[in-house]
Amino acid sequence: MAQDTILETRGLTKEFKGFVAVDRVDLKVARGTIHALIGPNGAGKTTTFNLLTKFLPPTSGTILFKGEDITSDKPADVARRGIIRSFQISAVFPNLTVLENVRIAIQRRRGIGFRFWRSESTLDALNDEALAILERVDLRHFAQTNAVELAYGRKRTLEIATTLAMEPELMLLDEPTSGMGHEDVAMVKDLIKEVAKGRTVLMVEHNMGVVSDICDTITVLQRGAVLTEGPYAQVSADPQVIEAYMGSTEAAAHG
Amino acid sequence: MADDAYKPRASRDDAAEARYDRRAFVVMMALFLVAPAFVYPVFVMKALCFALFACAFNLLLGFGGLLSFGHAMFLGMAGYVCAHAAKVWGLPPEFAILTGAAAATALGFLAGLLAIRRQGIYFAMITLALAQMVFFFSVQAPFTHGEDGIQAVPRGMFLGFLDLKNQLVMYYVVLAIFTAGFLLVYRIVHSPFGQVLKAIRENEPRAISLGYRTEQYKLAAFVLSAGLAGLAGATKAIVFQLASLTDVHWSMSGEVVLMTLLGGMGTIFGPVVGAFAIITMENYLAELGSWFTITQGAIFVVCVLAFRRGLIGELEAWLRRRRGT
Repeated sequence: MAQDTILETRGLTKEFKGFVAVDRVDLKVARGTIHALIGPNGAGKTTTFNLLTKFLPPTSGTILFKGEDITSDKPADVARRGIIRSFQISAVFPNLTVLENVRIAIQRRRGIGFRFWRSESTLDALNDEALAILERVDLRHFAQTNAVELAYGRKRTLEIATTLAMEPELMLLDEPTSGMGHEDVAMVKDLIKEVAKGRTVLMVEHNMGVVSDICDTITVLQRGAVLTEGPYAQVSADPQVIEAYMGSTEAAAHG
Repeated sequence: MADDAYKPRASRDDAAEARYDRRAFVVMMALFLVAPAFVYPVFVMKALCFALFACAFNLLLGFGGLLSFGHAMFLGMAGYVCAHAAKVWGLPPEFAILTGAAAATALGFLAGLLAIRRQGIYFAMITLALAQMVFFFSVQAPFTHGEDGIQAVPRGMFLGFLDLKNQLVMYYVVLAIFTAGFLLVYRIVHSPFGQVLKAIRENEPRAISLGYRTEQYKLAAFVLSAGLAGLAGATKAIVFQLASLTDVHWSMSGEVVLMTLLGGMGTIFGPVVGAFAIITMENYLAELGSWFTITQGAIFVVCVLAFRRGLIGELEAWLRRRRGT
């Protein structure tokens, strides 16, 4: 069983000056699954993400990736182990072209970031690989467009493409569909399902339609602590969850 | 998302930008090659040294997004080391200049290690504090000769056969050094490293999340910038046969900010134009005495308010708009 768990936290806790944002969270993410982290606003989902990627140092607890303790790693080192995250607020490099955005990731993977004496035309060797990834997410037409000029949905898609270019073992997606219209949500949902093949995805998501369609396991957080965990059918029927989301069990019929 | 799928999108035209850069470079070089026939060579040499200094500074500010307020320490310390190497150790000028630049590079590594841990105003304050320490070191250390500076530095024979006592030979050697430094900055900006630097400036958390150890990149940019600033300072010491406290004074750190902003930070040619504009002003407005500082200040205010992108920045924006229509 142990080798099936790619990411595990034990007693993960984050306190901000007396306020406990994440409270003794024990999380186990199984390899090859799409795992969702849900919960009402302020439940500590994004904080948990920041702890997992070391953008915030945990107050206590341990984080294990493939059985190794990564609690004291720096953010860049976590990324180098194969855990690549996205951000809630669209994280692209606005004044780089779409192609360059993806190429930056490939450059990192190939370890050719420090070559200040070479011409940037040497990076053209990475174009085929970058274009293939853009093709996959349907952004190839926009390769020469500056990322800042993309529509919102496409920016989020580009972000996933860049993450994908790192060939991560574990993708952490922070609300990949937030602020999107229906069409974009469906598109991004399909994209996540597609890219999840052969890797593990842990995502924070508010859209229950997305969660119910593509997620294998759902962990519900409330006030920083794990409320319950399980497949969608089980979690959505849990009276505690309905209470947490709707304030009463009455609302379940409408949810 | 289908709504905008078939609209033509504005694409960035890198080929056009490269053509523009090449043409501007040819014009600039042509002007510099014939300049001694029309202008006093020492004046142009001074401006070229400052232009290289500003280009080095712009590499850090314009392309790395880091505002250093202590770059005089690299200019001045390289000048002292170069002057000392040429005068006391008797090194030929090319090695004296390289020694000066190497000293600035080493100083840049130490200063960078401390400074890049902080961002924005704190970064600027740390660089300023370190530069003040270098200034007081320069006042006290015996080899810099305090208020007198290192005077009567021999120009010597460059590469063993170019007699720098000849003003024109000196001029073309300075032009060659400037051109090499300028092209190196251009290469760094347009290199795989330059791409990463740009990405870090645009969105540092994202770069970190892709596994970039961004502090190492910023340090590398800082060291390269310090080394090139040192190259400018060392060359200047040979040209004027003097290394003095002026070049390590904090006002020199301010001047290079002014040159870069006036010309256009983050542009390739801006710092060169900015340096020439400021040095020309200094030259021709010197008779105004203390009014000069006020005039300079007024020009700076007008520039920041009216052309925020600097002279070259505004020109490039205008050219881009014209190409777009």
